[in-house]
Amino acid sequence: MDNERIDQIIDKHHNEASSLIQVLLEIQSDHHWLSKEAIERVAEKLQVPLTRIQHIATFYKAFSLVPKGRHEVHICMGTACHVRGASRVLDAVQDVIGIKPGETDLDLKFSLETVNCLGCCALGPVLEIDGKTHGKATPGQMAEVLKNYE
Amino acid sequence: MSEILFQIDGKEVKAKEGMTLLEAAKSAGIYIPTLCYHEKLEPFGGCRLCIVEVEVKGWTKLVVSCVYPVEKNIIVRTRSEKVDRIRKMIIELQMAHAPDAFDLQDLAKEYGADRNRFEKEPSFCIHCGLCVRYCAEVKKANAIGFVDRGIRKEICFIPEIASKECWNCKECFPLCPTEALQAAFVLTEALAGFPAHPEEKKG
Amino acid sequence: MNRINSPTELEEVRKQILSTRDPNKPCITLCAGSACHASGSKEVGIAIEEEIIKQGLSDAVDIRKTGCHGYCERGPIIVINPEKICYFQIKPEDVPEIISQTIKEKKVVERLLYVDPNTNEKIVHEHDIPFYKYQERIVFGSNSSVDPKSIEDYLAIGGYAALGKIFSSMSADQVLDEVKKANLRGRGGGGFPAGTKWEGSRNAPEPIKYVIVNADEGDPGAYMDRSLLEGNPHAVLEGLTIGAYAIGAHEGYIYVRQEYPLAVENVFTAIRQAEECGLLGKNILGSGYDFIVKVHQGAGAFVCGESTALMTALEGRAGEPRPKYVRSNVVGLWSRPSVLNNVETWANVPLIINKGADWFTKIGTETSKGTKIFSLVGKITNTGLVEVPMGTPLKDIIFKIGGGIPGGKKFKAVQTGGPSGGCIPENQLDLPVGFDELTKAGSMMGSGGMIVMDEDTCMVDVARYFLDFLTDESCGKCVPCREGMRQMLKLLTNITKGKGKEGDIELLEALSETAIEAALCALGKSSPNPFLSTLKYFRDEYEAHVKEKRCPALSCKELINFYIDPTKCSACTTCARKCPSDAIIGGKNKIHIVDQEKCTKCGTCFEVCPPKFRAITKISGVPVPPPIPEEQRTIVRGGKKDE
Repeated sequence: MDNERIDQIIDKHHNEASSLIQVLLEIQSDHHWLSKEAIERVAEKLQVPLTRIQHIATFYKAFSLVPKGRHEVHICMGTACHVRGASRVLDAVQDVIGIKPGETDLDLKFSLETVNCLGCCALGPVLEIDGKTHGKATPGQMAEVLKNYE
Repeated sequence: MSEILFQIDGKEVKAKEGMTLLEAAKSAGIYIPTLCYHEKLEPFGGCRLCIVEVEVKGWTKLVVSCVYPVEKNIIVRTRSEKVDRIRKMIIELQMAHAPDAFDLQDLAKEYGADRNRFEKEPSFCIHCGLCVRYCAEVKKANAIGFVDRGIRKEICFIPEIASKECWNCKECFPLCPTEALQAAFVLTEALAGFPAHPEEKKG
Repeated sequence: MNRINSPTELEEVRKQILSTRDPNKPCITLCAGSACHASGSKEVGIAIEEEIIKQGLSDAVDIRKTGCHGYCERGPIIVINPEKICYFQIKPEDVPEIISQTIKEKKVVERLLYVDPNTNEKIVHEHDIPFYKYQERIVFGSNSSVDPKSIEDYLAIGGYAALGKIFSSMSADQVLDEVKKANLRGRGGGGFPAGTKWEGSRNAPEPIKYVIVNADEGDPGAYMDRSLLEGNPHAVLEGLTIGAYAIGAHEGYIYVRQEYPLAVENVFTAIRQAEECGLLGKNILGSGYDFIVKVHQGAGAFVCGESTALMTALEGRAGEPRPKYVRSNVVGLWSRPSVLNNVETWANVPLIINKGADWFTKIGTETSKGTKIFSLVGKITNTGLVEVPMGTPLKDIIFKIGGGIPGGKKFKAVQTGGPSGGCIPENQLDLPVGFDELTKAGSMMGSGGMIVMDEDTCMVDVARYFLDFLTDESCGKCVPCREGMRQMLKLLTNITKGKGKEGDIELLEALSETAIEAALCALGKSSPNPFLSTLKYFRDEYEAHVKEKRCPALSCKELINFYIDPTKCSACTTCARKCPSDAIIGGKNKIHIVDQEKCTKCGTCFEVCPPKFRAITKISGVPVPPPIPEEQRTIVRGGKKDE
């Protein structure tokens, strides 16, 4: 990601250190990860120590210090989905893709995350792939559903 | 600033407004155990070891003395059955990480803590935060910080900064109660390949 | 829309808007909330627009895409106004019939109506449907009438009248008094009296003050705030502005989870629209009062729902809570007085100003006034968002409105208050819903999540689940929470895996005490609640896990085995074909058996075994019966071979 784009984002937030998280969120959304260069540029322009950004980038789940896969798989582990068997769905997805939540597979095809409550409790268990919601998921369906993604 | 009068363990204590209970106790020569406190640093309130009983208007509550502001006419008890029980548990929880740390062993003797109450954990950092805070507040070098949160929280050096700043400093090393800091430094040094410094090169 | 320069002008604008709206003109209201969206409401919306054009009705019919209606189990939902005819679970294919039958010919499409499961009666109108009938939707009801992206819609239902009232006839003190009189208690979890909180900030000497909306709804299973903010953002803005005026703040923040992109989008739109109209920003309604609102997105941390952690996040730092010995309404954001309240709390404020504290206090109980929006989810027939007066018995919410437990299962417990709350068992179902009543029962109101559990839910696993959640979300600063929960999670996980030992429960209780007494913030202090409340009411389950290595609910994977009853299996081969691990041995006319070595306990076979056979059972606490010898597994059709 080039410095010009980063500077643009920082200027939009009036160069305020209190907007640090907002700036990082935009960079993450644009680029799908926070590269070392991006973090160093932000630290320099906003005059904040690298340790503060390091803490924020690892404290908050929205950020990733490694590139994410082409398809983001989010499995809802909220209480309502849990009670309807979400952990079994998660196990099945882990088996099919071969990674654990928080990881990206080696082909950079899938990134798996657990999320807490997508607000679609009526359709639980729910998983979201690239923003598309799959409701009433069962472990048996997972292989079929994931097969369709390139 | 106005003077505030109150009691700690039956002793009359005079404190200045804005002081914490811990500071007031120290100035009166009363001992309260701590793990994350340092006079040069802002109070952290992380270890909770300095917890004490405070009685105000007939109600007793437990507060963390390193961050609780002094109040007039309160009655403070630095030891009680409940206080001791909680301190014992805190020590035992920390000893799951660093059973051999000298500070913890001394505290364990005083409070009857069992170093084997909990299964051992792999990391021997006890998260007192002294290293991170010292580097940020006193040295203003910010060479080391916290990463992540919850049970995955760790301390982590920034290799580029550490390689430049730490060789001539290392003032945080004696602060670490468990030497997890030194271990982290050595690991960072090895993995990041710190350059040799002019004063360190042998002839 | 043009800038409105006075409260009088506001009423004129409102009259003007209403004069262009014919209440008898047909209007198709489509729920476009997030849950209906996930069920396909977007496609339905497109179908409606196309069909209206196709049938030449563009001038004769209005379409309104609104926020969440609440009956999420039955989405996508359409309400035809003015008759309020309700259609459920609409698919794009249903649309032509709806337009031609109901809009054109005023005839009801029977098959899309709600059917009462007890009487089999078809119900046409929203207010007759049990789910809606027993609610009192004074706050949430407006969602069905407004397009969140239209400030005109909000004005048409009386929006911003409260703002006009305060700027024309109420002083800041009078506003504060009204809110105090109403005894509005925080709807985010703490239940702290809002008026008292506001007063503390108003009286603080520091001149710069802030008001903050906590829209970081982190309780898993709770999505009321999301639906309010998505569906009626102006109501929240209006409440926030009134609060700012009452305490003397000129800057406000809305902290909303980034996991709610539609809420973020609609809030930004609402702010822009309100500023354009002079209802926000400089010189509001010509009063001379300035108030600006900034939006900050969360970045994925439950702990940032805690008020001091939220303020730390607003300052651009990692969300670690601060000690509350000096309250944040005096020393808060940037060490200045800050009033932080939940979305639902703010949304109640315009109502209190419009209708008065006396009206508000007539609803609810002695100590809990007004209504509360709950998200009724889990093992319940009618999943959705429910608004009832405080004091409504839990059983009414679960059975009258919620329709009870599906699948003929038995109710076991209802979890309220999210990870900080507890479980309420069947013998407490008469409990009226209220802040103090729920706390006395060992739980708490929390933000309003209500997770219903049935006989298949293992309560030990529920405690483990919440602890797993909390250890991930804890900020990690203090020992009682970080280390205490680390050990509690280990102990509970071992118990669910059959590795529990004598003394584990006592150790868990000791760790609970440490967290409650010594943790830094409310997350830590309330973290033992799920364990303590499940232990209180379901101790027998804990003891079964520890002493007998048995899971009474037949849920914990390591403690159950799937076993095919040879007397019931008729070799339909369904389970063997569906098993993802090839763990079922069998074939045509051969009684099937589960290979326990390969079985991953996914439960697929249990789900797919045809109900007429029910051959697959779950057993726990006893050894699996050895498989019958192979030669005896052949089924002779016309009569099963005996074992």
